[in-house]
Amino acid sequence: MNQSSSIEQRKRKDKTIRHLVGFFSLFAMIPLFFILWDVISKGYKNFNLRLFTEVTPSSMDALLAISNGDPIPGGILNGMTGTILIVGLAILFSVPLGLFIGIYLADNQGKRFAGLVSYLTDLLQGMPSIVIGIIAYAWVVKPLGSYSALAGSVALTIMMLPMIVRSTEETLKMLPLSYKEAGLALGSSYTNVVFRILIPSGFGGIFTGILLAISRVMGETAPLMLTALGASVVHWKMMEPASAIPLLIWDFYNDPNLVDLIWSSSLLLLIVIFLLNWIAKIVARKWKV
Amino acid sequence: MKAILRLKEVSVSYTPGKNAVDKVTTDIYPNTITAIMGPSGCGKSTLLRAINRMHDLYANVQTTGEIILKGRNVLEMDPMEVRRMAGMVFQQPNPFPTMSIYDNVLAGYTLNGIRLGKNEKEEIVEQSLQSVALWDEVKDVMTKRGSFLSGGQQQRLCIARTLALKPEVLLMDEPTSALDPISTNKIEELLLQLKQQFTIIIVTHNMSQAARISDNAMFMYLGELVEHGNTTQMFTKPRNKRTEEYLTGVFG
Repeated sequence: MNQSSSIEQRKRKDKTIRHLVGFFSLFAMIPLFFILWDVISKGYKNFNLRLFTEVTPSSMDALLAISNGDPIPGGILNGMTGTILIVGLAILFSVPLGLFIGIYLADNQGKRFAGLVSYLTDLLQGMPSIVIGIIAYAWVVKPLGSYSALAGSVALTIMMLPMIVRSTEETLKMLPLSYKEAGLALGSSYTNVVFRILIPSGFGGIFTGILLAISRVMGETAPLMLTALGASVVHWKMMEPASAIPLLIWDFYNDPNLVDLIWSSSLLLLIVIFLLNWIAKIVARKWKV
Repeated sequence: MKAILRLKEVSVSYTPGKNAVDKVTTDIYPNTITAIMGPSGCGKSTLLRAINRMHDLYANVQTTGEIILKGRNVLEMDPMEVRRMAGMVFQQPNPFPTMSIYDNVLAGYTLNGIRLGKNEKEEIVEQSLQSVALWDEVKDVMTKRGSFLSGGQQQRLCIARTLALKPEVLLMDEPTSALDPISTNKIEELLLQLKQQFTIIIVTHNMSQAARISDNAMFMYLGELVEHGNTTQMFTKPRNKRTEEYLTGVFG
């Protein structure tokens, strides 16, 4: 075979593959594009002030409004406050715990117990959310005798934990060993080295991990059905059942009179999650390790 | 003259039964610069890091013997106290990235939970930065991050951070090997000035650096201290054959 023709052939092949790769990556964007299109085009109608200021309407009121040609009265304020309450509690539980476990794993690489913890963290990350919901039901709802925001937050804590552990561990591992050594060489205690040097130095990575964990659990529905249950009123009591935006979306889906609210609620959820991701990106860029 | 630091039969091992530093015995005198030389893997840094108990960070490292700093055995002291008495400067400049230049100088105090008044702080910062000849260069950019400075400036900042705690001895682990010749030169000049107040032990790969700045030199080979004496004498008339071979480039 002539050598130059074989080179030509290889170049052609390269070019085809390169185009093909680019073409297929378009497919990743198509679903996202349609989701956005659907949610925005159907959701903007009910995306008004009421959505943020009023609680979920009753099915009857909605039916009346629809038959009169009016917009659905009411919003998802109870879901928003519920989400803030449940996710807020979950942040309170999972962030300190996740930080500590992450610090331990980063500092004890190669140790047996650390290896076990690391492995279990991976397992937890792959755990189906409905199973976590069942566990939280058995651990919290059953003993306390009622569904509650607290139970929901326990389920979400279990889901956030592995993400926070991993991001903390990976970020701390990336920091040069000499920061730690320099701190200790100044006579500092281990605690001060961790909290005044290592965590601030890795702030970007750790904070990004926390934000992504929040945005991940914000849309969780299944574990909340078994724990937080839902509520039609606004309250801040952690021992009582509470609603959440994804729980409301599920309720709306099951009620033909409220079904229109699905889209505006989804739109809100998407906006919040995109915002969190966007902030995470900025933080990661600005506080690069 | 009375030795400020006495090493007696100091051995360090990373794996049991195999000494990376083997029974080193020697005295270091105040206000001198001692250079520790030797080929890679001879135990120079290992010996240096034994002095401020850096080996405590790693569970498998064993240090035996006696390291007497100002009359007290370092190996029986609280490591945090030891490290305040024996400051360390590392190979890579490592100012703390989230702290300003000002805060970096004071890091030793904040990390040790020592509260200082504003005037005290300013005085320590100025004095420390003056003593590393960095004050004039940074006095208007105190609030910038340490990483804003050039490599040589960063290393001088790290020296200032160590000096701020007023240590008895200054341990330097190849402090110029990551720097360009001009910055290296500056640091060497600085060390010659600093020895009036401090005792300096410097690990170096660079023989001409050892010849330029040190009063005494230690030559280590395979974990053993082969020779320790006056630098000029060692470079002109080494007592040991292996020292001579190393200095003339037969191995290393």
